[in-house]
Amino acid sequence: MRRETLTGSRIRERRLINGQKQADLARKAGISASYLNLIEHNRRRIGGKLLLDIASALGVEPMSLSEGAEAALLGALREVAAMHPVEQSELERVEEFAGRFPGWASLIETLAQRQSSLEQTVVSLTDRMTHDPQLAEALHDMLGAVTAIRSTSSILVETDKLEPEWQDRFHRNLNEDATRLTEGSQALVAYLNDETSEHQQVTTPQDEIEAFFQRHGYHFALLENGGSETQAHDAIESMLESADDLLVSASARAQLKRLLIRYWSDAQAFGFDVMLDEVSNVGLEPALIAAKYNLDIRLVMRRFASVPGDVLRPLLQNSPYDIAEAGIGLAVCDSSGTLTMRKPLPRFALPRFGAACPLWSLYQALSRPLVALRERSQLSGRDGAPFETLAFAAPVSAPQFGAVPLLEAHMLMIPLSASGAAQNMEPLRPIGISCRICPRGECIGRREPSILAGGV
Amino acid sequence: MNKHVLLVEDEPNIIEAVSFLLSRDGWSVSTHSNGHDAADVIRAKQPDVLVLDVMLPGRSGFDILEDIRSEGACKDVPVLMLTARGQTKDRERAERLGATRFMTKPFSNAEIIETLHELSGP
Repeated sequence: MRRETLTGSRIRERRLINGQKQADLARKAGISASYLNLIEHNRRRIGGKLLLDIASALGVEPMSLSEGAEAALLGALREVAAMHPVEQSELERVEEFAGRFPGWASLIETLAQRQSSLEQTVVSLTDRMTHDPQLAEALHDMLGAVTAIRSTSSILVETDKLEPEWQDRFHRNLNEDATRLTEGSQALVAYLNDETSEHQQVTTPQDEIEAFFQRHGYHFALLENGGSETQAHDAIESMLESADDLLVSASARAQLKRLLIRYWSDAQAFGFDVMLDEVSNVGLEPALIAAKYNLDIRLVMRRFASVPGDVLRPLLQNSPYDIAEAGIGLAVCDSSGTLTMRKPLPRFALPRFGAACPLWSLYQALSRPLVALRERSQLSGRDGAPFETLAFAAPVSAPQFGAVPLLEAHMLMIPLSASGAAQNMEPLRPIGISCRICPRGECIGRREPSILAGGV
Repeated sequence: MNKHVLLVEDEPNIIEAVSFLLSRDGWSVSTHSNGHDAADVIRAKQPDVLVLDVMLPGRSGFDILEDIRSEGACKDVPVLMLTARGQTKDRERAERLGATRFMTKPFSNAEIIETLHELSGP
Protein backbone atom coordinates (compact mmCIF):
# COMPACT_ATOMS: atom_id res chain seq x y z
CA MET A 1 0.00 0.00 0.00
CA ARG A 2 3.04 2.22 0.09
CA ARG A 3 2.46 3.50 -3.42
CA GLU A 4 -1.05 4.76 -2.62
CA THR A 5 0.22 6.30 0.61
CA LEU A 6 2.73 8.30 -1.29
CA THR A 7 0.21 9.49 -3.87
CA GLY A 8 -2.45 10.60 -1.36
CA SER A 9 0.07 12.51 0.71
CA ARG A 10 1.50 14.19 -2.36
CA ILE A 11 -1.94 15.37 -3.45
CA ARG A 12 -2.53 16.91 -0.02
CA GLU A 13 0.91 18.46 0.03
CA ARG A 14 0.50 19.98 -3.42
CA ARG A 15 -3.02 21.32 -2.60
CA LEU A 16 -1.75 23.03 0.54
CA ILE A 17 1.14 24.58 -1.39
CA ASN A 18 -1.38 25.90 -3.93
CA GLY A 19 -3.57 27.26 -1.10
CA GLN A 20 -6.58 25.39 -2.45
CA LYS A 21 -9.42 24.29 -0.28
CA GLN A 22 -10.26 20.61 -0.25
CA ALA A 23 -13.83 21.33 -1.42
CA ASP A 24 -12.58 23.41 -4.38
CA LEU A 25 -10.19 20.75 -5.57
CA ALA A 26 -12.84 18.06 -5.13
CA ARG A 27 -15.33 20.03 -7.22
CA LYS A 28 -12.81 20.58 -10.00
CA ALA A 29 -11.97 16.88 -10.01
CA GLY A 30 -15.62 15.91 -10.00
CA ILE A 31 -15.66 14.11 -6.67
CA SER A 32 -17.01 14.86 -3.24
CA ALA A 33 -14.84 16.59 -0.64
CA SER A 34 -15.24 13.66 1.71
CA TYR A 35 -13.93 11.24 -0.96
CA LEU A 36 -10.94 13.52 -1.63
CA ASN A 37 -10.34 13.57 2.10
CA LEU A 38 -10.17 9.79 2.12
CA ILE A 39 -7.73 9.86 -0.82
CA GLU A 40 -5.52 12.47 0.80
CA HIS A 41 -5.35 10.40 3.92
CA ASN A 42 -4.43 7.40 1.87
CA ARG A 43 -7.59 5.50 2.69
CA ARG A 44 -8.70 5.14 -0.92
CA ARG A 45 -6.69 4.01 -3.89
CA ILE A 46 -6.22 6.45 -6.70
CA GLY A 47 -5.17 6.03 -10.30
CA GLY A 48 -6.28 6.37 -13.85
CA LYS A 49 -8.62 9.15 -14.91
CA LEU A 50 -9.18 10.48 -11.41
CA LEU A 51 -5.45 10.90 -10.86
CA LEU A 52 -5.24 12.73 -14.18
CA ASP A 53 -8.18 14.99 -13.23
CA ILE A 54 -6.73 15.84 -9.81
CA ALA A 55 -3.31 16.48 -11.34
CA SER A 56 -4.95 18.78 -13.87
CA ALA A 57 -6.87 20.60 -11.12
CA LEU A 58 -3.63 20.99 -9.16
CA GLY A 59 -1.78 22.14 -12.27
CA VAL A 60 0.92 19.43 -12.04
CA GLU A 61 2.02 16.44 -14.10
CA PRO A 62 0.33 13.20 -13.01
CA MET A 63 3.80 11.63 -12.65
CA SER A 64 4.76 14.17 -9.99
CA LEU A 65 1.99 12.77 -7.82
CA SER A 66 3.01 9.20 -8.41
CA GLU A 67 6.79 9.32 -8.14
CA GLY A 68 8.87 6.77 -6.32
CA ALA A 69 7.75 3.17 -6.39
CA GLU A 70 4.64 3.99 -8.43
CA ALA A 71 6.66 5.83 -11.04
CA ALA A 72 9.10 2.94 -11.14
CA LEU A 73 6.22 0.55 -11.72
CA LEU A 74 4.79 2.70 -14.49
CA GLY A 75 8.23 2.96 -16.05
CA ALA A 76 8.63 -0.80 -15.92
CA LEU A 77 5.21 -1.34 -17.50
CA ARG A 78 6.07 1.06 -20.30
CA GLU A 79 9.34 -0.84 -20.87
CA VAL A 80 7.44 -4.10 -21.09
CA ALA A 81 5.01 -2.47 -23.53
CA ALA A 82 7.95 -1.28 -25.63
CA MET A 83 9.31 -4.85 -25.86
CA HIS A 84 5.92 -6.39 -26.57
CA PRO A 85 3.92 -3.87 -28.59
CA VAL A 86 0.44 -3.14 -27.24
CA GLU A 87 -2.34 -0.96 -28.59
CA GLN A 88 -1.47 2.73 -28.26
CA SER A 89 -4.87 3.41 -26.74
CA GLU A 90 -4.14 0.87 -24.02
CA LEU A 91 -0.63 2.16 -23.47
CA GLU A 92 -2.04 5.61 -22.72
CA ARG A 93 -4.09 4.05 -19.93
CA VAL A 94 -1.10 2.46 -18.20
CA GLU A 95 -1.53 4.70 -15.13
CA GLU A 96 -5.17 3.79 -14.88
CA PHE A 97 -4.26 0.11 -15.19
CA ALA A 98 -1.56 0.34 -12.49
CA GLY A 99 -3.88 2.29 -10.26
CA ARG A 100 -6.84 -0.06 -10.59
CA PHE A 101 -4.88 -3.30 -10.58
CA PRO A 102 -1.62 -2.67 -8.70
CA GLY A 103 -1.20 -6.39 -7.96
CA TRP A 104 -1.51 -7.43 -11.59
CA ALA A 105 0.74 -4.57 -12.66
CA SER A 106 3.42 -5.67 -10.19
CA LEU A 107 3.06 -9.23 -11.42
CA ILE A 108 3.70 -8.10 -15.01
CA GLU A 109 6.76 -6.20 -13.83
CA THR A 110 8.03 -9.25 -11.92
CA LEU A 111 7.46 -11.58 -14.87
CA ALA A 112 9.25 -9.16 -17.19
CA GLN A 113 12.23 -9.06 -14.82
CA ARG A 114 12.21 -12.86 -14.64
CA GLN A 115 12.11 -13.11 -18.43
CA SER A 116 15.00 -10.70 -18.74
CA SER A 117 17.02 -12.66 -16.20
CA LEU A 118 16.35 -15.95 -17.98
CA GLU A 119 17.28 -14.43 -21.33
CA GLN A 120 20.59 -13.32 -19.85
CA THR A 121 21.17 -16.83 -18.56
CA VAL A 122 20.49 -18.29 -22.01
CA VAL A 123 22.91 -15.81 -23.55
CA SER A 124 25.62 -16.63 -21.02
CA LEU A 125 25.15 -20.37 -21.50
CA THR A 126 25.21 -19.99 -25.28
CA ASP A 127 28.32 -17.90 -24.89
CA ARG A 128 29.88 -20.62 -22.79
CA MET A 129 29.10 -23.29 -25.39
CA THR A 130 30.61 -21.12 -28.10
CA HIS A 131 33.63 -19.66 -26.39
CA ASP A 132 34.58 -21.96 -23.53
CA PRO A 133 38.11 -22.97 -24.59
CA GLN A 134 37.99 -26.27 -22.73
CA LEU A 135 34.73 -27.29 -24.39
CA ALA A 136 35.97 -26.17 -27.79
CA GLU A 137 39.21 -28.12 -27.42
CA ALA A 138 37.44 -31.24 -26.16
CA LEU A 139 34.95 -31.17 -29.03
CA HIS A 140 37.72 -30.52 -31.54
CA ASP A 141 39.66 -33.54 -30.29
CA MET A 142 36.60 -35.74 -30.34
CA LEU A 143 35.60 -34.68 -33.85
CA GLY A 144 39.19 -35.29 -34.98
CA ALA A 145 38.97 -38.84 -33.64
CA VAL A 146 35.55 -39.36 -35.23
CA THR A 147 36.85 -38.13 -38.59
CA ALA A 148 39.81 -40.50 -38.46
CA ILE A 149 37.56 -43.41 -37.48
CA ARG A 150 35.09 -42.65 -40.26
CA SER A 151 37.77 -42.41 -42.95
CA THR A 152 39.70 -45.43 -41.71
CA SER A 153 36.69 -47.68 -41.29
CA SER A 154 35.42 -46.74 -44.76
CA ILE A 155 38.78 -47.68 -46.24
CA LEU A 156 38.71 -51.05 -44.45
CA VAL A 157 35.18 -51.79 -45.64
CA GLU A 158 35.32 -50.41 -49.16
CA THR A 159 38.85 -51.24 -50.37
CA ASP A 160 39.16 -54.51 -52.26
CA LYS A 161 42.18 -56.65 -51.52
CA LEU A 162 43.72 -54.35 -48.93
CA GLU A 163 47.28 -55.42 -48.18
CA PRO A 164 47.69 -57.10 -44.76
CA GLU A 165 50.19 -54.49 -43.55
CA TRP A 166 47.74 -51.68 -44.35
CA GLN A 167 44.96 -53.64 -42.67
CA ASP A 168 47.11 -53.95 -39.54
CA ARG A 169 47.94 -50.26 -39.52
CA PHE A 170 44.35 -49.20 -39.96
CA HIS A 171 43.12 -51.60 -37.30
CA ARG A 172 45.69 -50.18 -34.90
CA ASN A 173 44.65 -46.63 -35.81
CA LEU A 174 41.00 -47.48 -35.24
CA ASN A 175 41.81 -48.84 -31.81
CA GLU A 176 43.83 -45.71 -30.95
CA ASP A 177 41.10 -43.36 -32.12
CA ALA A 178 38.33 -45.30 -30.38
CA THR A 179 40.30 -45.10 -27.11
CA ARG A 180 40.90 -41.40 -27.65
CA LEU A 181 37.22 -40.84 -28.39
CA THR A 182 36.18 -42.73 -25.26
CA GLU A 183 38.56 -40.80 -23.05
CA GLY A 184 37.59 -37.50 -24.65
CA SER A 185 33.87 -38.09 -24.26
CA GLN A 186 34.26 -39.22 -20.65
CA ALA A 187 36.37 -36.17 -19.86
CA LEU A 188 33.75 -33.98 -21.49
CA VAL A 189 30.95 -35.56 -19.49
CA ALA A 190 32.98 -35.18 -16.29
CA TYR A 191 33.57 -31.52 -17.14
CA LEU A 192 29.90 -30.86 -17.82
CA ASN A 193 28.93 -32.67 -14.63
CA ASP A 194 31.59 -31.03 -12.50
CA GLU A 195 29.60 -29.68 -9.60
CA THR A 196 32.40 -27.50 -8.35
CA SER A 197 33.11 -26.03 -11.76
CA GLU A 198 33.83 -22.35 -11.61
CA HIS A 199 31.93 -22.08 -14.88
CA GLN A 200 28.75 -23.01 -13.12
CA GLN A 201 26.29 -20.28 -14.05
CA VAL A 202 22.90 -21.65 -13.19
CA THR A 203 22.21 -22.83 -9.70
CA THR A 204 19.21 -24.57 -8.25
CA PRO A 205 18.32 -24.59 -4.55
CA GLN A 206 19.73 -28.13 -4.46
CA ASP A 207 23.05 -26.84 -5.82
CA GLU A 208 23.13 -24.14 -3.17
CA ILE A 209 22.45 -26.66 -0.43
CA GLU A 210 25.20 -28.94 -1.66
CA ALA A 211 27.67 -26.10 -1.97
CA PHE A 212 26.88 -25.15 1.63
CA PHE A 213 27.35 -28.71 2.89
CA GLN A 214 30.56 -29.08 0.89
CA ARG A 215 31.98 -25.89 2.37
CA HIS A 216 31.43 -27.36 5.83
CA GLY A 217 32.64 -30.83 4.86
CA TYR A 218 29.18 -32.19 5.80
CA HIS A 219 30.19 -31.78 9.45
CA PHE A 220 28.89 -29.00 11.74
CA ALA A 221 30.86 -28.79 14.95
CA LEU A 222 28.56 -25.97 16.18
CA LEU A 223 25.63 -28.40 16.17
CA GLU A 224 27.52 -31.21 17.88
CA ASN A 225 27.92 -29.46 21.23
CA GLY A 226 24.69 -30.57 22.84
CA GLY A 227 23.25 -27.07 23.08
CA SER A 228 19.55 -26.26 23.33
CA GLU A 229 17.28 -25.99 20.29
CA THR A 230 17.33 -22.20 20.64
CA GLN A 231 21.12 -22.23 20.59
CA ALA A 232 21.00 -24.53 17.58
CA HIS A 233 18.66 -22.12 15.77
CA ASP A 234 21.02 -19.23 16.55
CA ALA A 235 24.01 -21.21 15.32
CA ILE A 236 22.14 -22.14 12.12
CA GLU A 237 21.11 -18.52 11.47
CA SER A 238 24.70 -17.46 11.96
CA MET A 239 25.98 -20.09 9.55
CA LEU A 240 23.39 -19.18 6.93
CA GLU A 241 24.17 -15.48 7.27
CA SER A 242 27.84 -16.10 6.64
CA ALA A 243 26.99 -18.04 3.48
CA ASP A 244 25.34 -15.20 1.58
CA ASP A 245 27.74 -15.80 -1.29
CA LEU A 246 26.36 -19.34 -1.75
CA LEU A 247 22.72 -19.02 -0.86
CA VAL A 248 20.65 -16.93 -3.23
CA SER A 249 17.24 -18.57 -2.99
CA ALA A 250 14.79 -18.53 -0.12
CA SER A 251 14.00 -22.15 -0.93
CA ALA A 252 17.60 -23.24 -0.30
CA ARG A 253 17.67 -21.41 3.03
CA ALA A 254 14.38 -22.95 4.13
CA GLN A 255 15.50 -26.46 3.17
CA LEU A 256 18.86 -25.95 4.85
CA LYS A 257 17.24 -24.87 8.09
CA ARG A 258 15.19 -28.07 8.08
CA LEU A 259 18.23 -30.23 7.28
CA LEU A 260 20.42 -28.54 9.89
CA ILE A 261 17.80 -28.85 12.61
CA ARG A 262 17.62 -32.54 11.78
CA TYR A 263 21.42 -32.65 12.02
CA TRP A 264 21.27 -31.07 15.48
CA SER A 265 18.49 -33.44 16.52
CA ASP A 266 20.50 -36.45 15.26
CA ALA A 267 23.55 -35.24 17.19
CA GLN A 268 21.45 -34.88 20.35
CA ALA A 269 20.21 -38.45 20.01
CA PHE A 270 23.56 -39.99 19.11
CA GLY A 271 26.57 -37.98 20.26
CA PHE A 272 29.77 -37.76 18.26
CA ASP A 273 32.09 -39.42 20.80
CA VAL A 274 29.66 -42.26 21.49
CA MET A 275 29.38 -42.83 17.75
CA LEU A 276 33.16 -42.99 17.31
CA ASP A 277 33.43 -45.48 20.18
CA GLU A 278 30.80 -47.71 18.61
CA VAL A 279 32.40 -47.55 15.15
CA SER A 280 35.72 -48.41 16.76
CA ASN A 281 34.14 -51.38 18.57
CA VAL A 282 31.75 -52.88 16.03
CA GLY A 283 32.59 -51.11 12.75
CA LEU A 284 30.14 -49.57 10.29
CA GLU A 285 27.11 -51.47 11.54
CA PRO A 286 24.19 -49.02 11.70
CA ALA A 287 21.61 -51.75 12.40
CA LEU A 288 23.50 -53.14 15.41
CA ILE A 289 24.19 -49.71 16.83
CA ALA A 290 20.63 -48.48 16.23
CA ALA A 291 19.26 -51.50 18.09
CA LYS A 292 21.64 -50.98 21.01
CA TYR A 293 20.61 -47.34 21.49
CA ASN A 294 17.01 -47.74 20.33
CA LEU A 295 17.53 -45.38 17.43
CA ASP A 296 16.24 -45.21 13.86
CA ILE A 297 18.79 -46.89 11.56
CA ARG A 298 18.54 -43.91 9.20
CA LEU A 299 19.62 -41.56 11.97
CA VAL A 300 22.74 -43.64 12.58
CA MET A 301 23.42 -43.68 8.83
CA ARG A 302 23.19 -39.88 8.67
CA ARG A 303 25.54 -39.64 11.64
CA PHE A 304 28.09 -41.92 9.91
CA ALA A 305 28.00 -39.64 6.85
CA SER A 306 28.77 -36.61 9.03
CA VAL A 307 32.12 -37.93 10.25
CA PRO A 308 35.15 -36.40 8.50
CA GLY A 309 37.27 -39.00 6.68
CA ASP A 310 40.43 -38.30 8.68
CA VAL A 311 38.52 -39.01 11.92
CA LEU A 312 36.93 -42.18 10.57
CA ARG A 313 39.97 -43.67 8.85
CA PRO A 314 42.00 -44.59 11.97
CA LEU A 315 38.96 -46.36 13.43
CA LEU A 316 38.63 -48.64 10.39
CA GLN A 317 42.23 -49.64 9.79
CA ASN A 318 41.65 -53.37 9.66
CA SER A 319 38.49 -53.12 7.61
CA PRO A 320 37.86 -53.73 3.91
CA TYR A 321 37.20 -50.01 3.50
CA ASP A 322 39.32 -47.32 1.93
CA ILE A 323 38.08 -44.15 3.60
CA ALA A 324 39.36 -40.96 1.98
CA GLU A 325 39.11 -37.36 3.13
CA ALA A 326 35.44 -37.07 2.15
CA GLY A 327 34.45 -39.97 4.42
CA ILE A 328 31.28 -41.89 3.63
CA GLY A 329 28.77 -40.87 0.94
CA LEU A 330 25.04 -40.55 1.56
CA ALA A 331 21.98 -40.45 -0.70
CA VAL A 332 18.49 -39.95 0.66
CA CYS A 333 15.36 -40.24 -1.47
CA ASP A 334 11.64 -39.89 -0.93
CA SER A 335 8.95 -42.30 -2.11
CA SER A 336 9.10 -40.91 -5.64
CA GLY A 337 12.81 -41.77 -5.84
CA THR A 338 13.80 -38.09 -5.90
CA LEU A 339 17.11 -37.48 -4.16
CA THR A 340 16.43 -35.13 -1.26
CA MET A 341 19.85 -35.18 0.39
CA ARG A 342 23.10 -35.88 -1.39
CA LYS A 343 26.62 -36.30 -0.16
CA PRO A 344 28.57 -37.39 -3.23
CA LEU A 345 32.10 -38.78 -3.07
CA PRO A 346 34.88 -38.03 -5.53
CA ARG A 347 34.46 -41.49 -7.10
CA PHE A 348 30.71 -41.83 -6.52
CA ALA A 349 29.05 -38.82 -8.12
CA LEU A 350 25.34 -38.26 -7.66
CA PRO A 351 23.38 -36.95 -10.66
CA ARG A 352 22.52 -33.26 -10.57
CA PHE A 353 19.62 -33.54 -12.96
CA GLY A 354 17.34 -36.42 -13.76
CA ALA A 355 17.06 -39.74 -12.06
CA ALA A 356 19.90 -41.90 -10.76
CA CYS A 357 20.75 -45.52 -11.60
CA PRO A 358 17.73 -47.72 -10.80
CA LEU A 359 20.08 -50.52 -9.74
CA TRP A 360 21.12 -48.72 -6.56
CA SER A 361 20.19 -50.53 -3.38
CA LEU A 362 18.61 -47.20 -2.34
CA TYR A 363 15.72 -48.00 -4.67
CA GLN A 364 15.58 -51.67 -3.70
CA ALA A 365 15.15 -50.49 -0.13
CA LEU A 366 12.06 -48.51 -1.18
CA SER A 367 10.42 -51.73 -2.34
CA ARG A 368 11.56 -53.60 0.78
CA PRO A 369 10.90 -51.21 3.65
CA LEU A 370 12.38 -51.97 7.06
CA VAL A 371 14.86 -54.44 5.53
CA ALA A 372 18.51 -53.46 6.01
CA LEU A 373 20.32 -54.07 2.71
CA ARG A 374 24.08 -54.51 2.45
CA GLU A 375 25.57 -54.85 -1.00
CA ARG A 376 28.96 -54.79 -2.67
CA SER A 377 28.86 -52.88 -5.94
CA GLN A 378 31.12 -51.66 -8.68
CA LEU A 379 30.50 -48.46 -10.57
CA SER A 380 30.58 -48.52 -14.35
CA GLY A 381 33.29 -46.67 -16.23
CA ARG A 382 37.02 -46.85 -16.45
CA ASP A 383 37.56 -46.35 -12.74
CA GLY A 384 35.10 -49.06 -11.79
CA ALA A 385 35.42 -48.05 -8.15
CA PRO A 386 34.20 -50.72 -5.70
CA PHE A 387 31.79 -49.70 -2.94
CA GLU A 388 29.82 -51.26 -0.16
CA THR A 389 26.34 -49.78 0.04
CA LEU A 390 24.06 -49.95 3.06
CA ALA A 391 20.44 -49.06 2.39
CA PHE A 392 17.34 -48.83 4.53
CA ALA A 393 13.86 -47.41 4.00
CA ALA A 394 11.17 -46.67 6.56
CA PRO A 395 7.92 -44.68 6.73
CA VAL A 396 8.29 -40.97 7.40
CA SER A 397 5.30 -40.86 9.73
CA ALA A 398 3.45 -43.10 12.16
CA PRO A 399 1.13 -45.67 10.56
CA GLN A 400 -2.54 -44.83 10.19
CA PHE A 401 -5.38 -47.15 9.25
CA GLY A 402 -6.36 -46.70 5.64
CA ALA A 403 -3.32 -44.59 4.75
CA VAL A 404 -0.44 -45.85 2.61
CA PRO A 405 2.78 -44.80 4.36
CA LEU A 406 5.23 -42.54 2.57
CA LEU A 407 8.75 -43.88 2.72
CA GLU A 408 12.18 -42.32 2.93
CA ALA A 409 15.23 -44.36 1.96
CA HIS A 410 18.86 -43.78 2.94
CA MET A 411 21.93 -45.27 1.30
CA LEU A 412 25.51 -45.05 2.55
CA MET A 413 28.29 -45.42 0.00
CA ILE A 414 31.48 -46.75 1.62
CA PRO A 415 34.57 -47.00 -0.62
CA LEU A 416 36.18 -50.47 -0.62
CA SER A 417 39.92 -50.99 -0.87
CA ALA A 418 41.21 -53.25 -3.66
CA SER A 419 41.89 -56.02 -1.16
CA GLY A 420 38.54 -55.39 0.49
CA ALA A 421 36.78 -55.76 -2.86
CA ALA A 422 38.61 -59.03 -3.48
CA GLN A 423 37.85 -60.53 -0.05
CA ASN A 424 34.51 -61.94 -1.04
CA MET A 425 34.38 -64.45 -3.87
CA GLU A 426 31.03 -63.18 -5.06
CA PRO A 427 31.31 -60.75 -7.97
CA LEU A 428 30.55 -57.10 -7.28
CA ARG A 429 27.14 -56.02 -8.50
CA PRO A 430 27.48 -53.57 -11.41
CA ILE A 431 25.78 -50.22 -10.92
CA GLY A 432 26.08 -46.79 -12.52
CA ILE A 433 25.44 -43.14 -11.76
CA SER A 434 22.72 -42.37 -14.29
CA CYS A 435 21.88 -43.81 -17.69
CA ARG A 436 23.10 -40.81 -19.66
CA ILE A 437 26.68 -41.14 -18.50
CA CYS A 438 26.82 -44.92 -18.04
CA PRO A 439 28.79 -46.77 -20.72
CA ARG A 440 27.40 -50.21 -19.81
CA GLY A 441 25.73 -51.53 -22.98
CA GLU A 442 23.42 -54.30 -21.85
CA CYS A 443 21.47 -53.21 -18.80
CA ILE A 444 17.98 -54.17 -17.80
CA GLY A 445 17.59 -50.87 -15.98
CA ARG A 446 18.45 -48.63 -18.91
CA ARG A 447 15.91 -45.83 -19.44
CA GLU A 448 17.65 -43.84 -22.14
CA PRO A 449 20.68 -44.17 -24.41
CA SER A 450 24.04 -43.20 -23.00
CA ILE A 451 25.91 -40.33 -24.54
CA LEU A 452 28.98 -42.52 -24.03
CA ALA A 453 27.78 -45.89 -25.34
CA GLY A 454 25.47 -44.44 -27.98
CA GLY A 455 28.16 -42.40 -29.70
CA VAL A 456 28.57 -38.70 -29.84
CA MET B 1 51.33 -36.87 -64.55
CA ASN B 2 49.51 -37.21 -61.21
CA LYS B 3 48.02 -34.12 -59.65
CA HIS B 4 49.70 -33.02 -56.46
CA VAL B 5 47.70 -32.45 -53.28
CA LEU B 6 49.26 -31.08 -50.09
CA LEU B 7 47.46 -32.02 -46.88
CA VAL B 8 48.16 -29.68 -43.93
CA GLU B 9 46.62 -31.43 -40.93
CA ASP B 10 47.82 -32.32 -37.44
CA GLU B 11 45.85 -35.52 -36.73
CA PRO B 12 48.23 -38.34 -37.68
CA ASN B 13 45.50 -40.92 -38.27
CA ILE B 14 43.53 -38.55 -40.48
CA ILE B 15 46.72 -37.87 -42.41
CA GLU B 16 47.32 -41.60 -42.85
CA ALA B 17 43.75 -42.42 -43.90
CA VAL B 18 43.34 -39.47 -46.29
CA SER B 19 46.82 -39.95 -47.77
CA PHE B 20 46.09 -43.62 -48.43
CA LEU B 21 42.72 -42.75 -49.93
CA LEU B 22 44.05 -40.05 -52.25
CA SER B 23 47.07 -42.10 -53.30
CA ARG B 24 44.77 -44.94 -54.35
CA ASP B 25 42.72 -42.39 -56.25
CA GLY B 26 45.77 -41.42 -58.27
CA TRP B 27 46.98 -38.31 -56.47
CA SER B 28 50.53 -37.49 -55.57
CA VAL B 29 50.18 -36.72 -51.86
CA SER B 30 52.45 -34.77 -49.55
CA THR B 31 51.67 -33.85 -45.98
CA HIS B 32 52.60 -31.32 -43.34
CA SER B 33 51.38 -31.14 -39.75
CA ASN B 34 52.70 -27.90 -38.27
CA GLY B 35 51.16 -24.46 -38.52
CA HIS B 36 54.38 -22.51 -37.82
CA ASP B 37 56.08 -23.00 -41.17
CA ALA B 38 53.10 -24.26 -43.19
CA ALA B 39 52.98 -21.19 -45.48
CA ASP B 40 56.65 -21.65 -46.46
CA VAL B 41 56.11 -25.35 -47.10
CA ILE B 42 53.04 -24.62 -49.25
CA ARG B 43 54.96 -22.08 -51.34
CA ALA B 44 57.89 -24.47 -51.71
CA LYS B 45 55.80 -27.45 -52.75
CA GLN B 46 53.34 -25.54 -54.96
CA PRO B 47 50.58 -28.16 -54.91
CA ASP B 48 47.76 -28.32 -57.45
CA VAL B 49 45.28 -28.39 -54.55
CA LEU B 50 45.77 -27.56 -50.90
CA VAL B 51 43.79 -29.20 -48.07
CA LEU B 52 44.16 -26.99 -45.00
CA ASP B 53 42.93 -27.69 -41.49
CA VAL B 54 41.75 -24.67 -39.48
CA MET B 55 43.08 -25.67 -36.06
CA LEU B 56 46.79 -26.39 -36.33
CA PRO B 57 49.52 -26.22 -33.72
CA GLY B 58 51.48 -22.97 -33.91
CA ARG B 59 49.34 -21.05 -36.38
CA SER B 60 45.72 -21.23 -37.44
CA GLY B 61 44.63 -22.31 -40.90
CA PHE B 62 42.96 -18.91 -41.34
CA ASP B 63 46.26 -17.08 -40.81
CA ILE B 64 48.07 -19.45 -43.17
CA LEU B 65 45.39 -18.94 -45.84
CA GLU B 66 45.62 -15.17 -45.51
CA ASP B 67 49.40 -15.40 -45.79
CA ILE B 68 49.52 -17.50 -48.95
CA ARG B 69 46.76 -15.50 -50.63
CA SER B 70 48.65 -12.25 -50.04
CA GLU B 71 51.71 -13.02 -52.16
CA GLY B 72 53.90 -15.66 -53.70
CA ALA B 73 53.57 -18.68 -55.84
CA CYS B 74 50.36 -20.04 -54.33
CA LYS B 75 48.15 -16.96 -54.47
CA ASP B 76 45.63 -18.77 -56.65
CA VAL B 77 45.94 -22.39 -55.53
CA PRO B 78 42.52 -24.00 -54.86
CA VAL B 79 42.13 -24.45 -51.11
CA LEU B 80 39.81 -26.85 -49.29
CA MET B 81 39.50 -25.78 -45.64
CA LEU B 82 38.74 -28.45 -43.04
CA THR B 83 37.29 -27.65 -39.67
CA ALA B 84 35.73 -29.38 -36.72
CA ARG B 85 33.56 -26.32 -36.16
CA GLY B 86 30.73 -25.93 -38.63
CA GLN B 87 29.82 -22.45 -37.48
CA THR B 88 28.58 -20.00 -40.05
CA LYS B 89 31.09 -17.37 -39.00
CA ASP B 90 33.99 -19.78 -39.57
CA ARG B 91 32.65 -20.55 -43.03
CA GLU B 92 32.23 -16.86 -43.78
CA ARG B 93 35.73 -16.09 -42.54
CA ALA B 94 37.18 -18.84 -44.71
CA GLU B 95 35.36 -17.50 -47.76
CA ARG B 96 36.44 -13.95 -47.00
CA LEU B 97 40.07 -15.00 -46.77
CA GLY B 98 39.88 -16.81 -50.09
CA ALA B 99 39.11 -20.46 -49.36
CA THR B 100 37.72 -22.21 -52.44
CA ARG B 101 35.69 -24.76 -50.48
CA PHE B 102 34.93 -25.46 -46.83
CA MET B 103 34.28 -28.89 -45.31
CA THR B 104 33.21 -29.80 -41.79
CA LYS B 105 34.62 -32.82 -39.95
CA PRO B 106 33.68 -35.62 -39.95
CA PHE B 107 33.52 -35.91 -43.74
CA SER B 108 33.10 -39.01 -45.87
CA ASN B 109 35.85 -40.37 -48.09
CA ALA B 110 33.68 -39.98 -51.19
CA GLU B 111 32.98 -36.35 -50.27
CA ILE B 112 36.63 -35.33 -50.01
CA ILE B 113 37.64 -37.16 -53.20
CA GLU B 114 34.80 -35.64 -55.17
CA THR B 115 35.57 -32.16 -53.86
CA LEU B 116 39.27 -32.42 -54.72
CA HIS B 117 38.42 -33.52 -58.25
CA GLU B 118 36.18 -30.51 -58.62
CA LEU B 119 38.89 -28.18 -57.31
CA SER B 120 41.73 -29.59 -59.46
CA GLY B 121 39.77 -29.21 -62.69
CA PRO B 122 40.04 -31.44 -65.72
